[in-house]
Formats: sequence, C-alpha cells, structure tokens
Amino acid sequence: MSQLPVTRRAVVQVGAATLLAGALPLAARAATPKDTLVIALAFDDIISLDPAEAFEISAGELMGNGYERLLRYDVNDPTKLLPDLARSWKVSDDGKTYTFELKPGLKFASGNPLTADDVVYSFQRAVLLDKTPAFILTQFGLTKEQVKARVKAAGPLVVTIETDKPYAPTLVYNCLTANVASVVDSKLVQSKDKGGDFGSAWLKTNFAGSGPLKIREWRANEIVALERNENYHGAKSKLARVIYRHAKESATQRLLLEKGDVDIARNLTPQDLDALAANKDIKTTATPLGTVYYFSLNQKNPNLAKPEVREAFKWLVDYDAIGATLIKNIGVIHQNFLPMGLLGASKDKPYKLDVAKAKALLAKAGLPNGFKVTIDMRSIQPVQGITEAIQQSLKKAGIELEILPGDGKQTLTKYRARTHDIYIGQWGADYWDPHTNADTFARNPDNKDDAKSKPLAWRNAWDIPELTKKTDAAAIERDAAKRAKMYEEIQAEFRKTSPFVMLYQQTEVAAYRSNVEGLKLGPTADTTYMFLVSKK
Amino acid sequence: MGRSRPLRVLKTAAQLAITVALTVLGLLAVTFFIGRVIPVDPALAIAGDRAPEHVLQRVREELGLDQPKSVQFVRYVGKALQGDFGHSVLTSNPVLDDIQRSFPATLELATCGILIGAGLGVPLGVWAAVRRGGFADHAVRVMGLVGYSVPIFWLGLMALVLFYAKLGWVSGPGRIDVAFEYSFERTTGLMLLDAARAGEWEAFRSALSHLVLPASLLGYFSLAYISRMTRSFMLQELSAEYIVAARAKGLSEARIVWRHALRNAMVPLVTVIALSYAGLLEGSVLTETVFAWPGLGLYITNSLQNADMNAVLGGTIVVGTVFIGLNLLSDALYRLLDPRTRDTR
Repeated sequence: MSQLPVTRRAVVQVGAATLLAGALPLAARAATPKDTLVIALAFDDIISLDPAEAFEISAGELMGNGYERLLRYDVNDPTKLLPDLARSWKVSDDGKTYTFELKPGLKFASGNPLTADDVVYSFQRAVLLDKTPAFILTQFGLTKEQVKARVKAAGPLVVTIETDKPYAPTLVYNCLTANVASVVDSKLVQSKDKGGDFGSAWLKTNFAGSGPLKIREWRANEIVALERNENYHGAKSKLARVIYRHAKESATQRLLLEKGDVDIARNLTPQDLDALAANKDIKTTATPLGTVYYFSLNQKNPNLAKPEVREAFKWLVDYDAIGATLIKNIGVIHQNFLPMGLLGASKDKPYKLDVAKAKALLAKAGLPNGFKVTIDMRSIQPVQGITEAIQQSLKKAGIELEILPGDGKQTLTKYRARTHDIYIGQWGADYWDPHTNADTFARNPDNKDDAKSKPLAWRNAWDIPELTKKTDAAAIERDAAKRAKMYEEIQAEFRKTSPFVMLYQQTEVAAYRSNVEGLKLGPTADTTYMFLVSKK
Repeated sequence: MGRSRPLRVLKTAAQLAITVALTVLGLLAVTFFIGRVIPVDPALAIAGDRAPEHVLQRVREELGLDQPKSVQFVRYVGKALQGDFGHSVLTSNPVLDDIQRSFPATLELATCGILIGAGLGVPLGVWAAVRRGGFADHAVRVMGLVGYSVPIFWLGLMALVLFYAKLGWVSGPGRIDVAFEYSFERTTGLMLLDAARAGEWEAFRSALSHLVLPASLLGYFSLAYISRMTRSFMLQELSAEYIVAARAKGLSEARIVWRHALRNAMVPLVTVIALSYAGLLEGSVLTETVFAWPGLGLYITNSLQNADMNAVLGGTIVVGTVFIGLNLLSDALYRLLDPRTRDTR
C-alpha cells in the first residue's frame, strides 16, 4: 500500500492528468495509401476461399477478382459473353459437346503454366468434392461417375465438355461463368493434397488462381488482403493492394468513410445513405442485384392453400409505401421471380394494395372474417419493417398476422423443414441464367416429404407437375428468343397462382470517396471487379 | 492442529484441483447441451441454404451429428482434454488458432479498460465517501448512474462521432491503420507489445490511438461500478470504531483515509475489480461491434448464431478458465491483504 500521504487534491490532479492524456490528439491523419484500396464490408459470411466450396456473397467477390474461368458475362450487357481464359468456344450440332480453346501462354499467379489439364482438373475436382455449388455443374450430367469421361483435354489448349442432354447453350455458358467453374492451379493444389482431399483443407484458406488480384490473406471477421497478380495475362490491376476491413455496423462504416479511413463502404443503411447524400466528398453507385425478396404461404396450411386466399395476400401489400420508404435506395418493387437483367425477366406489376378486392376473395374462400396465421421473420432490416407493414395491411382484411422473430439460421431451419405458415426471405441467383430461379420457384418434381430435391416450391408444398414440365422445357430450348418467351409465360402463370408474394428486387449500393474511379458493382457478387478500380 | 503443514497444503491443492475440474466439466456440459438444443441446423451454416440434401446429410455425418448426444459429448470432452477443440466451421481454422488470434485483441482492450476503470474508480469512490452528501459525492453518483444506464452501443457511437469524426483526436474503428497492417510481426497478438518489440513506434502510436477510445469506454463502465462499490465499502470502514480511535490519536485525515480505511476496504474491493476484469475479458460484444474490434466476444457470438459449436465451446472454456483463474487470484490476494484469512485452521 502507498506510504505517501495522498491528499484529495492529489487525487483530483492525477485524475485530471489521466483524462487529459487520454484526450491528446493521438491520431496521425494518414489517408489510405494511393496504391491501396480499402473497403469496409461485413464479410462474416465467408467460410471458405475454395472456389469449389465458396458460395457466400462476400466470398463470391473474392473469387471473381482472384480466379478466372473459361468465360465471363458482360457486366454492361449480361446477355453477352466475354472471353476470359478461353479464346473461342462452340457447341456441336447435336447440342451436347462444347469445345473451348484456351488463350496461349497463360500462367497462374504461382508461375505455373495454365493449360487444358488445369481446366479439366478443376471441373473434376469441383464435381468429385461435391460441395454445395457443385450442382451447377452436375445438373448437366457431369456426375461423380461420369465427369472423368465427359470433361476432357483434347489438346494442350483444348477442352471438351459433354452434356447428357442438348441443353440451351445460353444456360450451359452462363453456368460456366459461375465461381464453381473457376480454374485452379492443379500442380499447386495437388501438392497440398491430404489423404485424397484434392487439397481442399488447404485451399479453404489459401489461393491457387490466375486472376488479376491474388488473395494474400483472409483473417475471419478482421481483414482480407488482395494483391496485384503480376502474372495476369490481361491489363494488370492499377492498385497494388485491395484491403477489405470487416465492419458490421452501418454507422461504423459511415464514420470510416467520412474520415477517409476507408475508400468504399458497402453495407450502409438507407438512412446513412441519405445522410451521406449531402457530403460532396462522397459518391454512390448502385446496381440491381439478382436477389428478390418475397414472402410465401405454406400450402400445408389449409387456409393458405385456397387459391382465393393466395391471391388475396397479393392484394394486401402496400407496395407503394414499402417502395417509397422501407426500401428506398436499396430496392425496387418487383412482382416476378426473375430479377430484371435475366433473360425473359418480366416487369409486369399487376398488384397494388386493394383491400376491397382482397376481402371479396376471402369471402369467396369462405373466410369473410379473416383468420389467424404466423410468419417466421429474420430480425434484420428491412425485413422487419416490411413484415410489420404487411401485418398492418393484412389487419384491414381481418387477417391477424403473428410475427415470430428469429435469427437467420433459425428461421431457415424451420423453413427448410416446411413447418412454417408464412416465411419472409430472399433468393439470389446462383448463376446468371433464368433457370437458376425458375428451377427453385417454378419447379417441384416431387412434393413428398422425403423428396430428393427441395426447391422453394417444395418448401411451400406447392405441387405443380404442369409448371415443372414447362420449366424443364425452357431449360433445353436452344433458341434464345423462344426461350425468353417461355419464361415470360411461366412468370405470368406464377404471378397469378403461386403461393409466393414477390416484393422487390434488391439494389446494391456502395458509397465511395470521390477520388475513387472505375467502381462498378456487378449484378452478381463475382462480377464486382476491384481490379478495374483506381485512385486519384 | 495435529496434522503437519505440507499435508494441509497438499489437501488444499487437491481440493482446488477437484473444484476446478468439476467447474470446467460443468461448463462444458451446459454449453454443449445448450448448443445442441438451439433450433439451428449446424450443417446449414457450413453447406448453406443452397446445398442439396445429400450434401447436407454428408456434412451432418462429418460433424458426428448423426450420433446420440451423449456419444457426441463424450467424444468432444475426450478431444478437448487432449487440447484439440476441433475446427471452426465458419473460419475453417482450428478453434485454438482462432482463439489465439481473437483473445489477445480482447485481452489488450480489457486490460487497458480495467486499468482506467480501477485507476480512476477507486480514488473517485474514496473521494465520494469522504465527501459524503457533498458536491463530490453527487457528481460521482451522477457519473456512475450515466455509466450504468446509457447503452454502451450508443455511447460508443457518440464517442466515435465526437472524438474521431469531429475532433480527430483518436483513430477510428479497427485495431490499427491499414498502412501498418503488415509492418511488423504479430507474435503475441497484443498490438502495443508487438509494435514496441519491433521498434515500430509509428505503428505503436497508431495502435494506441485506435485503442484509447474503446478502452476508455470500457473503463468508464467499470469505473461506474467500481466507484460505487468503493464508496459503500469506504463508508462502512469510515464509521468503524478503529477510525474514531485513529482520529482520537490525532492522525492526519489523509493517513486515516488512505492508510487505514482504504486498506480494509481493499479486501472486498479486490473481488469486485477481479470480477469486473473477468467480465471485460469475456469480450464486450457491443463495443467490439461498434469499434470493429476482432475480439473474443464477437467471435463467440458470431459462432453461436451459426451453431458453430466447436468455436463456441472453445471460446467458453477460455472465458471460463479466465473466470476461475481470476477468482483464485482474488482469493490469494485476500490472504495477502487480510491477516485474518491467513492460516487459521
């Protein structure tokens, strides 16, 4: 214990000194370095950096910058294809054999040459590992048993892929632009193989690609660092480094951006975006994403299974109010399951809030006084606000909606077991082709509880043998114009009869400092290209 | 009594070991079963919503979720005893690596927080007790009440707006400026220490300026509690007879307050401070969120939300061990400070 005679005055002095010391300007104002782009992003969704496994949004962006594939779709016109590794591509007359010729002299970031063998290895690897995104390739009959015979090197720079049916070529090509079709450095990955795991344990947290930026490090919930790949065959990245900093809170991201400690903020709320509008140092850019929000009615609930009730719900949403307030800046009202930008996407919007019409429909269904029903909702914005708005408008027709809030994984677990009444959620396109959403919204080959495939239509117990046939037919229509027409018809029927009330298409917005140039968000995560960005 | 001293020490040590072992086992059991009861499918966190059924099924088998819960538990404890907490499904790293990365961040923050909290809280509490009913007492009380009742999330944000955005006195969220991110090696994970050891004083300054605000905030919250407790312990002591006696002997007021009263008040206070420290070491989720601080609190919370049970259990054991350790430490300090607890049996 202190032997010093300490007086009260001394206490005050020490206290004041400590406070002052804490308040001394410590912050050296170092703006982010010119050759380094710093991005604030909530990336706690990343669970793997292996393109055969990664299927999360943030990981998708890293894959798009770090890995190349045979083709990419054109961000400015998603119906067009662009060469990436492949120089040319064609499909045989019977529509089942695809041939790709690679550009000569390609190299991985490691320095290893990139040849047809690497492409073949990557495809086989993805199929044999059979992680979540593998279905994008296996749906063409590239199954575990078949893949070695169907994906082959026909020369050092020629790859052939054989499908089991003559699919629509647009569908096949579009799927090959997906992350799962990324080409990995087979020599490097094989050298990290552990007990025949195709190097998957290693690649989860490492990098073996050839893209314009290489992934240097991923520290979960902290930082992702990308670096320029000097071996890249195209125009090299202007930035030497791209750093993603994990920041979950919109308010935190906004402060970092305003102070210039980050160059781009990616997860701002509509309120924070509004507040930033007045700041002349900050600009924003927006792109409609391939993600649609909806709520759906489980057909196992006898009330919700009535066609009139299904339709009544569609007339009981105040789309205009939701569009003008709750999703301002972050979404656009959309009433179809195909997001705008995909082949055949319809922009028809027949529904609006019409309580009288809804009441008449309910009366016709034998429920003139409404009924009680629950909704499972993830407790995040804007979903929460939208659910509350729907609760209000449903009340006008006597439908009492009880909200069951939960964490995302929790509500999803229930939804997937189809034990909900109503579920509100979103669906993002897995690859840039209409089949991705049609496959889940408008296709349900087996409605039994133990079905092998469980698309969204299954989760809501919507039994649709006819619509399923139409969707299958659209997937193999080789004429693109005819194919688009087929999807329009499917959407028209879906709008009328489905138990899905489509709400809006998400817009992604990024706010950035005015010295950042060339930033464009892609409609899918893997097409937001940071290697095209530069700083003044 | 009759028994020899070494034997008694041995017995105490054995009792201690059993208590610790039982506590840890209980901790494991409770966390494990809570984790298995929450209505989240852990396979979903790994494979994602798009995974076909057969992939999900395979993941469940890989995780051993198809086994009875008792088997899962025994397996887990067995592995944990060998120091293997398994892999986190969210970060793909061994849980131990993740903890080694996130715990130092929390340790650094909590230690600075408690130094501020106790360093200011104790003198303020003493002052309030001495000036009971006076202006000082009221001022400390208001300060404490604000610290208690204002949500830390909001206060953190306001502090950022003021000291970081408006005044520019400190650096913002995160542990260090991006420019210094790769400028020195992180051996301990404690930024200040690592930067100092590498002689990177610019980086040290940057880390310090990032640390000041969240540490002060946590410090303020523990200060609120510690000063209130100090005040009430001191009031108790100051009204005791030995103080009257000391005054009668003509000792100076300062000597009475600091030498005699505080010394006795210190005994229960040690427990209060140790527990506050343990609380901070759990990681303050909200503070870590606002300040984008990659600490243990965020790690455990994020893992729990995704039913990443290996990570949750690993984190819980660390927190539990810290709690037990600090409790033992405060018991030991008791013995040091209070002669009555020494060797009376």
